[in-house]
Amino acid sequence: METMVSIKPLLAVLVSLAAVAPIAFSGSRPNRREGWTFGAGIIKLALILSMLPTVLAGGEIRYTVAELLPGLAIAFRVDGLGMLFALVASSLWLVTSAYSIGYMRGLKEHSQTRYFAFFAVALSATIGVAFAANLFTLYLFYEMLSLATYPLVTHHQDHEARLAGRRYLAYILGTSIAFVLPAMVIVYQQAGSLDFVRGGFLAGAGLSPALLGLLFFLFVFGFAKAAIMPFHAWLPAAMVAPTPVSALLHAVAVVKVGVFAIFRIVTGVFGPDLLRELGLGQWLAILAAITILVASLIALSQDGLKRRLAFSTIGQLSYIILGAALLSPKGMTGGLVHIGMHAYGKITLFFCAGAIFVATGLKNISDLDGIGKRMPVTMAAFFVGSLSVIGLPPTGGFFSKWYLLQGTLQAEQQVMLFVLLSSSLLNAAYFLPIVYRAFFCPPAECRVHGPLREAPLWCVVPLVVTALCSIGLFFYPDLFRRLAEIGLGL
Amino acid sequence: MEDILARYNYWIYVLLMMIGLYAMIAKNNLYKKVIGMSIFQTAIIVFYVSIAAKEGATIPIIQGAHGAGLVPAIDPAVYVNPLPHVLMLTAIVVGVSTLGVALAVILRIYRQYGTVEEDRILEKLR
Amino acid sequence: MIGPEQYPAVMIVVPLLAAFAINLAGLIDRRFCYPLLLLALGVAAAAALAVLGQVMRDGPISYRLGGWPPPMGIEYVVDHLNGLVLVVTCVVAFLAAVYSKRSVERELPDKIPYFYTLFILAVTGLLGMTITGDAFNLYVLMEITALTNYALIAAGRADRAPMASFTYIIIGTIGASFYLLGVGHLYIMTGSLNMADLRTILPELYTTHAVIASFIILLLGLWIKMAFFPLHGWLPNAYTHAPTATGCLIAPLVTKVSVYIMARLMFSVYSPEFSYRVFGPAEPVVWMAVAAIVAGSLMALAQKDFKKMLTYLIVAEVGYMVGGLWLANRYGITGAVLHIVNDALMTLCLFFTAGIVVYKMKGHAFTDLRGLFRKMPLTMAAFTVGALSMIGVPPTAGFFSKWYLLLGAIEAGQWGFMAALLFSSLINAVLFFKVIEIAYFEPCGVQHGHDGGQAAAHDVIAVDEAPFSMLAPLVLVSAALLAIGIYSGSLVTNIIQYAVPAGF
Repeated sequence: METMVSIKPLLAVLVSLAAVAPIAFSGSRPNRREGWTFGAGIIKLALILSMLPTVLAGGEIRYTVAELLPGLAIAFRVDGLGMLFALVASSLWLVTSAYSIGYMRGLKEHSQTRYFAFFAVALSATIGVAFAANLFTLYLFYEMLSLATYPLVTHHQDHEARLAGRRYLAYILGTSIAFVLPAMVIVYQQAGSLDFVRGGFLAGAGLSPALLGLLFFLFVFGFAKAAIMPFHAWLPAAMVAPTPVSALLHAVAVVKVGVFAIFRIVTGVFGPDLLRELGLGQWLAILAAITILVASLIALSQDGLKRRLAFSTIGQLSYIILGAALLSPKGMTGGLVHIGMHAYGKITLFFCAGAIFVATGLKNISDLDGIGKRMPVTMAAFFVGSLSVIGLPPTGGFFSKWYLLQGTLQAEQQVMLFVLLSSSLLNAAYFLPIVYRAFFCPPAECRVHGPLREAPLWCVVPLVVTALCSIGLFFYPDLFRRLAEIGLGL
Repeated sequence: MEDILARYNYWIYVLLMMIGLYAMIAKNNLYKKVIGMSIFQTAIIVFYVSIAAKEGATIPIIQGAHGAGLVPAIDPAVYVNPLPHVLMLTAIVVGVSTLGVALAVILRIYRQYGTVEEDRILEKLR
Repeated sequence: MIGPEQYPAVMIVVPLLAAFAINLAGLIDRRFCYPLLLLALGVAAAAALAVLGQVMRDGPISYRLGGWPPPMGIEYVVDHLNGLVLVVTCVVAFLAAVYSKRSVERELPDKIPYFYTLFILAVTGLLGMTITGDAFNLYVLMEITALTNYALIAAGRADRAPMASFTYIIIGTIGASFYLLGVGHLYIMTGSLNMADLRTILPELYTTHAVIASFIILLLGLWIKMAFFPLHGWLPNAYTHAPTATGCLIAPLVTKVSVYIMARLMFSVYSPEFSYRVFGPAEPVVWMAVAAIVAGSLMALAQKDFKKMLTYLIVAEVGYMVGGLWLANRYGITGAVLHIVNDALMTLCLFFTAGIVVYKMKGHAFTDLRGLFRKMPLTMAAFTVGALSMIGVPPTAGFFSKWYLLLGAIEAGQWGFMAALLFSSLINAVLFFKVIEIAYFEPCGVQHGHDGGQAAAHDVIAVDEAPFSMLAPLVLVSAALLAIGIYSGSLVTNIIQYAVPAGF
């Protein structure tokens, strides 16, 4: 496996940071300001794509920025896992930026400059996590993401946003300081290094099983962005944010940073073999399974569309974690691929929710009867997105779920097979009725009347794009699968 | 018992220190607190000076040495140790300056609150 | 001319003479004072940097005042530890002096020459305390610092300042007197006052009651001076009600220099062996530090006044440093020394912000912070960097000293200290985000967002930034927090690792 040294990872992280100043200064000229966002997004995606061939050939790209303390360096390493995540995040940023234009201008939102500026910072931090070569760099960008998304979550600056912001930080910042930081220090003190190594580096460090177990769960609960219960409550609270924020950050960037971090812990710090030996994979799988089922059940009871999507996300994140916990090749591959599949599917759903809000001002599912007649494109995309999340063909979600199911069999965890299947049924139960009622409700019950009036074009086009991508991923899943397998060393 | 009586200088300074401490804490009047502070500092000065003394020693000035040029070797044991005295000159100056600042602050407090009783001042602050 | 070997003296003499010059110049025209102040502090800072550079090249320097050889004469000793503290003191004092112009003009317009005289005398005292190698000389300079502090605190027009200063006088004098008493005991047993000399004479006497008693008395005196819980009672009121410029000078420096003196005594006068083993196990002190951190953080949480909250945070930070020094391992001591540097800067950043708030909003309660992100974006951005550093978010400086302290705690098996550090980080996060919330969300809780046309409501609060002479130092300090964070490694490998006593 060849290792290249190139400054590209650092550039990919910095390009959106560099755009912050131009964005801030173009506040008075919105088109130019948005131009900066798009420019940064395109350059970022181009940089990431340029590193793709090396990674697909089995190589790695490394770059050490600075060694801040002995053993504590800011360093980047682009491997299969990181490339997968970075591709998903950066491609969806472009789409979301387009959607943001439609949404924010459609609602005449305030402080749009601040919004776009912090969005750029958040994406910078996301790519930083994706390309982190060691725990310290990951932690640094993880915290940066928490802080950069706070102004975005509390964008509306009303009382509700204030409380939601408190809850957001309490869960995310609190767990990372209280759990991840001490675990990181202990790992450093015992093992002398924090670099991610394929197969883990803790096996030979001579730590007792009890301490290893403690550390593992400190990490798992500490990365609360993965929304494992009971540290999940920040996600529904964060739904007060404008929908593009909920879409990109809380379907793609922030939450995937959490599960990605857990994947790094499983594959790069502990290693599947050590976890299997200690039986910790089993515990993690149980935690994930509980989260999946409980979240799906709660989702059924939610009337707010975004809240239902939030709980659906909590469940789907635990799919990914379950994939990691299975410790079997197919399971882990499935979990990683689901990062991508779920991202495209869920973002479509969020885009639709936002489009509905912009066009009609409606937020609750019970008000959406008959809306399909008025916004057919949006609801069709919603249908595609829900198929992806449920895991049915012809959408990408089917592929990742298929791998996960195979993974449970590979790991001889038939219970998990049952959990996955029943949660798919629950997913169908809380998504399909929405679609059905939107299109097929009896005339007397239809709440929404009126002529065909879709959301603004800048909103509709992105959601159609992501819906089509979800379908496309069904036919061409190989890129993600290949990256996942390379990253896992399979 | 002999040892305890022989170290009477230490007992004196401890006693003075405790008096000073008591005054600083328990007295209500700000002036009395400052007096206590002064006593406290003086106790330490007493301590230093007392350790300089020696039995049967004389004051540390060499006889007839003024303008005498070379002087024959002296036996330090015959003279009282001058160093602690010198140090305490400095400490006394420090004590006086502290006293000055404290009194100036009390003046300022009096102008502001019209009283120098601590409990009345605290009441006004509430 | 004055060659580099005179720089240690320059650092003390120039500010001292400048004090007189400022006072005299002030009689002629008040406007001379400020430039003279900056000039003197600039010279002192340059000398400090030169001396530190020399120490890094050639090793510890010894300077004899007047050429008199120790132990009779007074000796100035500069090694890596106090070289670093000297530089930090000079730089912080310089920045505080630059910053002070507007606030002194507003708060003490008729006392400008006197204030600046006292200001630079206080700096002289701090520098002298740091650089001296003689135990009694340290007492003198400690009192110079203390006296000028008492006057600086009482100078303001605030109505609570004189009483706060008076309490500080009483308690501070007790502390200094304890220090003097401790030195007296050392003198009785050894006959010397020079620190290096004491180091060679003391080892045979380590187990005598007098020496152990002297250590305890010295520690108590210093703990009062550094406001180590529970001897911290004077600090919150004194620092809250002091005039802005006073707070910016003494809050970052006085307690840190006192911590330095404790380290100096522990390592260079009594050896580490005495401090950690002969004197007694070091764990009780670490537990006291735990109490300090927890108590300071909780009391900060209970405050409704922004400035007072910051003063309680100082109490907690002192707990970090004392605990780190008494962890008795390399990581802990490194962390404590690094934290001296970091905390001086963080406290300076926070007090600068508080001063700007006072200047613009005429008060320092939480209610005066409303809507400040809109009104003073640069100030609040710099404040946010300081807040993140206090919480311990990388790559700001605060994270790295906390990292070392955590490592030290684990290695020493002091889980209580580790838990206290994490607890304090969390409490700091709560505290600072409380402040950030108040400053970020609009004062009247206006509903924004969805209804068009509400966008105009945001422009009601116009941008009204702090004046340049106050803003520039603040921005510099927050940039320094980031720079020092990133260069923590070089700081540790080039300077701090030599400050840790050998054998760790």
